[in-house]
Amino acid sequence: MIGHWIIAPVVLPAVMGAFTLLVLRNTLPVARVFSTAATALLLAIALRLLWGATHEGPEVYFLGNWPAPFGIVLVLDRLSALMVALTAFLALVVQLYAIGTGWDTRGRHFHALWQFQLMGVCGAFLTGDAFNLFVFFEVLLIASYGLMIHGGGKDRLKAGVQYVAYNLVGSTLFLFGLATIYSVTGTLNMADLAAKLPGLPEGDAALIRLAGVMLLMVFAIKGALVPLHVWLPATYAQAPGPVSALFAVMTKVGAYAVIRIYTLVFPTDLPATGTLYADLLLPAALVTMAVGAVGVMGARKVQGLVAFTAVTSMGTLFAAVAQFTPGATAAALYYALHSTLAAAALFLIADLVMARRIDGTLTEARPAIAQQGLVAGLFMAGAIAAAGMPPLSGFLGKLMILDATRGLAQPLIWATILGSSFVVIIGLSRAGSLLFWKSHAAQATPVPHPAQPLAFVATGALIAGLVGLTLAAGPVSTWLAETAAELHDPAAYIAANKLGEEH
Amino acid sequence: MELLVASAVGVMTTVGLYLILRLRAFPVIVGLTMISYACNVFIFASGRVVAGLPPILSKTATGYTDPMPQALVLTAIVISFGMTAVLVMLALGAFFEAGDDRVDLDEEGRE
Repeated sequence: MIGHWIIAPVVLPAVMGAFTLLVLRNTLPVARVFSTAATALLLAIALRLLWGATHEGPEVYFLGNWPAPFGIVLVLDRLSALMVALTAFLALVVQLYAIGTGWDTRGRHFHALWQFQLMGVCGAFLTGDAFNLFVFFEVLLIASYGLMIHGGGKDRLKAGVQYVAYNLVGSTLFLFGLATIYSVTGTLNMADLAAKLPGLPEGDAALIRLAGVMLLMVFAIKGALVPLHVWLPATYAQAPGPVSALFAVMTKVGAYAVIRIYTLVFPTDLPATGTLYADLLLPAALVTMAVGAVGVMGARKVQGLVAFTAVTSMGTLFAAVAQFTPGATAAALYYALHSTLAAAALFLIADLVMARRIDGTLTEARPAIAQQGLVAGLFMAGAIAAAGMPPLSGFLGKLMILDATRGLAQPLIWATILGSSFVVIIGLSRAGSLLFWKSHAAQATPVPHPAQPLAFVATGALIAGLVGLTLAAGPVSTWLAETAAELHDPAAYIAANKLGEEH
Repeated sequence: MELLVASAVGVMTTVGLYLILRLRAFPVIVGLTMISYACNVFIFASGRVVAGLPPILSKTATGYTDPMPQALVLTAIVISFGMTAVLVMLALGAFFEAGDDRVDLDEEGRE
């Protein structure tokens, strides 16, 4: 029994965020210790939940002990446990980076906002209620607004206004979709929806299809799918480096929501909706890959380059998700793990470069930077991972996706994945040679910059995570295959909700 | 009454959509507010449009209205209100830093 531990990933950051805000707001060193300890504890809890979800199957936490369709539930299954563990690991490492580089001293309330952000992300992964998913989306968004403009500055604030406005439209659309679902079914509990939708009257099918498309658009905004990706490049390029690195998991919230809702509530064998969502998702994913690759080639600044690699990776991920088969979902999950770590590592490396270089331009060479060799080595590793070249996990992830997308659209999918990977390789190697090799032509001594060992350790830890994911690819993909099988046969998930039973 | 509610939602959404496509922060914020009003009325109507019926148990009631959308709409109002306040503060910050309230990034701010 995991029992009350299920709610710990929501309660712990909530309490710690409020504590940091109220008690530790003027003592940064103490706030750093408490906040890092809380994130480390979150990681420990997440690993406990992961172990529990693997060995004991889905378990439901009834908030206030209200029975299922009436109260709000949190559901722990393999997928949600995995995503919480990924979030906690990423947050811990990136937080160490933020401390090591002093990013958390450039504005107020960094650690409080960080904890609230974690609360929102973990809650979104754990909730089993669609309206509650909306609420946790808002929690993670409102914290991300604060983190995004951390440190201030004209361009960052302007990009922040765009980001907030765009996401507010998304939230409104989410509410429209949820209200439509509620007006048809009278419930918003995901398991209850999954049980009720197959018996839907013929006349309501159009409404439910429409509601599903609205939700898909909301998740596409979160997951930066073309044509709803326009907020991402500016936001990720302007946000502080460590914040962009944490945001690497926010796009995965969108991917998670698509996997969860469209395998559980709107599976492809549901008569009312059929393969409608897969048919919408696949072209968007392919165009996303292409747009991301073009953006990588055309980026004029380092952060913009990294932001567009993130767009490409989301396209690749969604191309696998859009298959809605157990094999493709398992491949998508492996690639999601990989691309989160790879994108975060690249954002941190871009921040290392930016802190040492005069500016982030990719159109002209600048003098060599301090600790050039080390930063260049990390960039090389990060670029290999992000582009999907051997020997790191990006290669394995893309290989699994290629293997899982055999079928009618195979030539198109393979051509897009391979073509965009090729363009990303060119873009990243061009950026790397301009940033590090051509800098020697400028014949100037590097501006000294403190070494900040903690920052390098944190970036190295993400690369080490990628190496670990590569070495453990066998057991991890076996585990993910079982996870995907559980997702595509949600009987255990629905049964765990004990619908309509008193307890 | 159905026609009134439906056209109110439709008109407010249309006006809001037009306004959020403007280039200045102020109309965008007003537009977002309009859309969230429309959305609140829409959620309210998702429990069917009825008049004069209580949402909670009452001995004299002849029928009931669905209380769930009322709880949902309350949450939605609070959240959209808070989000709009954040957006106003952010837009003010951007206005004071940049000197204008245009929403698009200028040349050096682009990636």
